[in-house]
Amino acid sequence: MSAPQTHLEILPRSVQLLLVLGLAALIAFPFVGTNFYIDMVNRMMILAIFAMSLDLLQGVTGLVSLGHAAYFGIAGYALAFLTPEGAPVSLYTSLPLAVGGSALAALIIGFLVVRTQGIYFIMVTMAFAQMVFFLFFDNKALGGSDGLFLNFKPDAVLIDLENKQVFYFFTLACLVGVYAFLRRLLWSPFGRALSGIRVNEHRMRALGFGTFSHKLAAFTLAGALAGLAGYLWAAQSGFVNPELMGFHMSAHAIMMVILGGMGNFAGAIIGAFSFEMLLHVFKDLPAVGNFETGKHWQMWMGLFIVALIVFAPKGILGLITRLFARKEERHE
Amino acid sequence: MSERQTLMSARQLTKRFGGLAAVNDVNVDLWLGHIHAVIGPNGAGKSTLTNLLSGDLPPTSGTITLDGHDITGWTPEKISRHRLGRSYQKTNIFRTFSVWDNVRLAAQSRERHAPWNPLRWLQSAAGLTAVNQRCERAIDLAGLTQRSQTVAATISHGEQRQLEIAMVLATDAEVMLLDEPLAGMGSEESAKMVEVLKRLRQTRAILLVEHDMDAVFAVADTITVMVNGEVLESGPPAQIKASVAVQQAYLGSEDSFHV
Repeated sequence: MSAPQTHLEILPRSVQLLLVLGLAALIAFPFVGTNFYIDMVNRMMILAIFAMSLDLLQGVTGLVSLGHAAYFGIAGYALAFLTPEGAPVSLYTSLPLAVGGSALAALIIGFLVVRTQGIYFIMVTMAFAQMVFFLFFDNKALGGSDGLFLNFKPDAVLIDLENKQVFYFFTLACLVGVYAFLRRLLWSPFGRALSGIRVNEHRMRALGFGTFSHKLAAFTLAGALAGLAGYLWAAQSGFVNPELMGFHMSAHAIMMVILGGMGNFAGAIIGAFSFEMLLHVFKDLPAVGNFETGKHWQMWMGLFIVALIVFAPKGILGLITRLFARKEERHE
Repeated sequence: MSERQTLMSARQLTKRFGGLAAVNDVNVDLWLGHIHAVIGPNGAGKSTLTNLLSGDLPPTSGTITLDGHDITGWTPEKISRHRLGRSYQKTNIFRTFSVWDNVRLAAQSRERHAPWNPLRWLQSAAGLTAVNQRCERAIDLAGLTQRSQTVAATISHGEQRQLEIAMVLATDAEVMLLDEPLAGMGSEESAKMVEVLKRLRQTRAILLVEHDMDAVFAVADTITVMVNGEVLESGPPAQIKASVAVQQAYLGSEDSFHV
């Protein structure tokens, strides 16, 4: 059943190999990296989970949400509220509650937004995310513009999440788990139906698929997984602020997915890591005379993304596949 | 006339686009085991009629019943789940999917969808045996077995028309609305498709909108002639052939079809 796919749903051997090597590198990293870099890679893994959750909407279902950070932030805030001042909260109660909170918000907002299409969908998802943003931004009781602090990481009884390495491996396990789950889902009847909606929603309806409920289920699930990422983010950084659910966060996630390559989740992971690394590169650019190039990282990032879309519309993953395909041709 | 089991019927069906009545006061019945052909010049309202019956368009007035249910105003997906399948005049497929994946989705549509059941998220779509069987049979019937792994956008126009049919077949629909299924097909495929239609008829009710008069008179049990959104004449092929009104209004010059 290996039909050629324009959407790279089937990962070529080269990409599979790359993922295995990447996983090996991630497993080895805490044993060689310093604390600073362990934190950094940990954040990248969390963002990779976030990017994958968006890819379920953007790459698989064809719904470009410009407000996905709302669900990332809600779970983060949930953990902040659930954590008492003087003691940690149990992982086993706070994680389901936080993820459930994000899922519930996605279900309610999704109920209103998934009936819109194209540009309207982009606009309403953004509008709702902005509403959530300002709800937290403007209310002192919700932390206001300064946000909230978490004094403890969640208590997992068997494992000590306060330990950087343990937390790192916990995040890695979540990353691998979410990836495996989403890859499996992609080939399930539900995943196939979502792909069908992306390609031709009208035809799906004529075939008897309730596209509204499919899209709403995908939106809710994507919100829940974004919540998992937001939960980990809050636990790692020890504080939450409205920026977590802000416009930039949502836009960055879209760029990560595009950068890596849409619709297969591997691209989202590669995109998240590449995006973060590029950010560091661009921010650290040396000053040329009086012109501080590093300050304008957003411009460089913008130009880079534009160039990438022009020359490699299928993202880094598409680039890799093309490279390897050409090599194989030469060998034959 | 023998007893007929009506599977679908439309009464006083009207669709207005502004001042234009694309379909005006039309009655249509689809009987089990019958092929009901709708013919008429371009712009007669045949496709609009199909879109009304399938729920793609809401009627301005009139009622539609399917298998005893009043389905007027139902969504296309709900109507489809009541065992109605349709093909489109303008090819409407999943262009970036393989032929197999196109038909597989059509076949999958007959399963319980349950998008909210997490257990279904972990099931393998390729492992649904009943779906695969229905898919394979439909592709075979439509004559696309050789092309099943080819991306739909890259097959010929005629093959895409066959794919449209294959998708309807895979839904295993009891009532089929076929909007110009033969348009763009080669004569060999056309002839084969006519044979397929004859075979399907026994267990189904079929509405056939078609310009190919040879095919229409070869398979139709009833023919309805539409002109300007209205039914001009409806009856068995012999009656249509003999009708003076039809000759004048639609067939025009005598050589436009061969009796």
